[in-house]
Amino acid sequence: MKYLQDIGSYFLMLKRVFGSFTKTSVLRHLIFKEINDLIISSLGIVAFISFFVGGVVAIQTALNMDNPLIPKSLIGFATRQSVVLEFAPTFISIIMAGKVGSFITSSIGSMRVTEQIDALEVMGINSLNYLVFPKIVALMFYPFVIVFSMFLGIMGGWVAGVYGGFASSSDFIAGLQEDFIPYHLFYAFFKTFVFSFILATVPSWQGYYMKGGALEVGKASTNSFVWTSVLIIAANYIITQLLLSA
Amino acid sequence: MIKVEDVHKSFGEEEILKGITTEFDKGKTNLIIGQSGSGKTVLLKCLLGLFKPEQGRIYYEDKAIQDMDDEEQRKLREEIGMLFQGGALFDSMNIEENVMFPLRMFTKQKKADMLERVNEVLKRVNLENVNKKFPAEISGGMQKRVSIARAIVNKPKFLFCDEPNSGLDPKTATLIDTLIQEITHEYDITTVVVTHDMNSVMEIGEKVVLLKNGKLVWQGTNQEIFKTDNEDVTNFVYSSDLFKKIRDVQLKEG
Repeated sequence: MKYLQDIGSYFLMLKRVFGSFTKTSVLRHLIFKEINDLIISSLGIVAFISFFVGGVVAIQTALNMDNPLIPKSLIGFATRQSVVLEFAPTFISIIMAGKVGSFITSSIGSMRVTEQIDALEVMGINSLNYLVFPKIVALMFYPFVIVFSMFLGIMGGWVAGVYGGFASSSDFIAGLQEDFIPYHLFYAFFKTFVFSFILATVPSWQGYYMKGGALEVGKASTNSFVWTSVLIIAANYIITQLLLSA
Repeated sequence: MIKVEDVHKSFGEEEILKGITTEFDKGKTNLIIGQSGSGKTVLLKCLLGLFKPEQGRIYYEDKAIQDMDDEEQRKLREEIGMLFQGGALFDSMNIEENVMFPLRMFTKQKKADMLERVNEVLKRVNLENVNKKFPAEISGGMQKRVSIARAIVNKPKFLFCDEPNSGLDPKTATLIDTLIQEITHEYDITTVVVTHDMNSVMEIGEKVVLLKNGKLVWQGTNQEIFKTDNEDVTNFVYSSDLFKKIRDVQLKEG
């Protein structure tokens, strides 16, 4: 029963987020601030993880190729497919659920605890539009993070493959270009958009409707990570079934 | 003036407010007092429109809040200033931005004009040279004063204060009380203060409303509170020995 209530309150929250808009000049300022807090500040960790995981994918593929008939270009092919289809959109989104999701929940939750949200409401401001809408808009730029992740993941694979002595640069690049299906990019970016919406709204819901004090802010942040990850994984499965298995 | 007529509010099976009827006068500091759990904060939230009473009406001047559409309620809230228990200053903004916030949201003033008004109200609450500091960098008393400055910057008609003295030393608490009363008279606004601090009652209670278990059990001025024989008042006020002695002296002096 509680789950049904929570789902209902999530959709009611979404309705209020898009109603009674905050003054445009204020909103513009908030959106730029959120782009900085949620997108720009995540680039470092995304770059680090993408580069090294891309490298590991290339090495793992190379070490598992014990048949001399399998072409070395498979290393590039496997790196591209892994990074573009799953690692960049899904794995990075799970990491972002931890980094960005916890940040959103704890910042909104702290505002709830210290009555800052009540202060907005008393002033006649739609606090959900003021707090959540800029985050949704900022996370519409999330696909750029994923492009960045894809590029660095493949670059990491190339460095590990070539400088690790597993394949020549031309073999790796030939693998990258082999059987390229542009529709896979559509699939990857479609799910990235869905994940970005989940990343903006689920942690906001957790923070906005939390009750209690500082301890509960911590619990809400943990719940936020768990539920955002669960929803991303579930959405990933459904989207993959709908878009790739038809 | 704010008029409250037969307001009832429940949470689940529990009735918190049981038919409150009173008036809060313009140009006066009106105090709602009572023990913890008596319904003070719930009444305040009903007055602010954050809770909707199941029964009864709340009039701001001549119009009931229940008869206002969303736009009218939004406009009414622009005329309300609120001082929260913890200050409720926005952590991510410095003092200047905090105080300027209502002006940015509700007016089309130029930044220079807004800044002039911000400096004027900060000076009024005896705060200067703190514009660029963040809330975490100033004391609790200063945060309360900044919160008062933010509440009055847009020249409200109604000022609400929730436990303005909580967590403050007696001297700073008196300073905040005096400031609230001075501002009430200066701006000729209707001020409603929720408190259980008897010092505040003595200092600024131009009208005092006592709640007990969700019912209004007494109302009068801070002078009348020491002369009344109402049992609920005496039980609440004279729970401290100091006030028992004050009452004895007052009764002796007639």
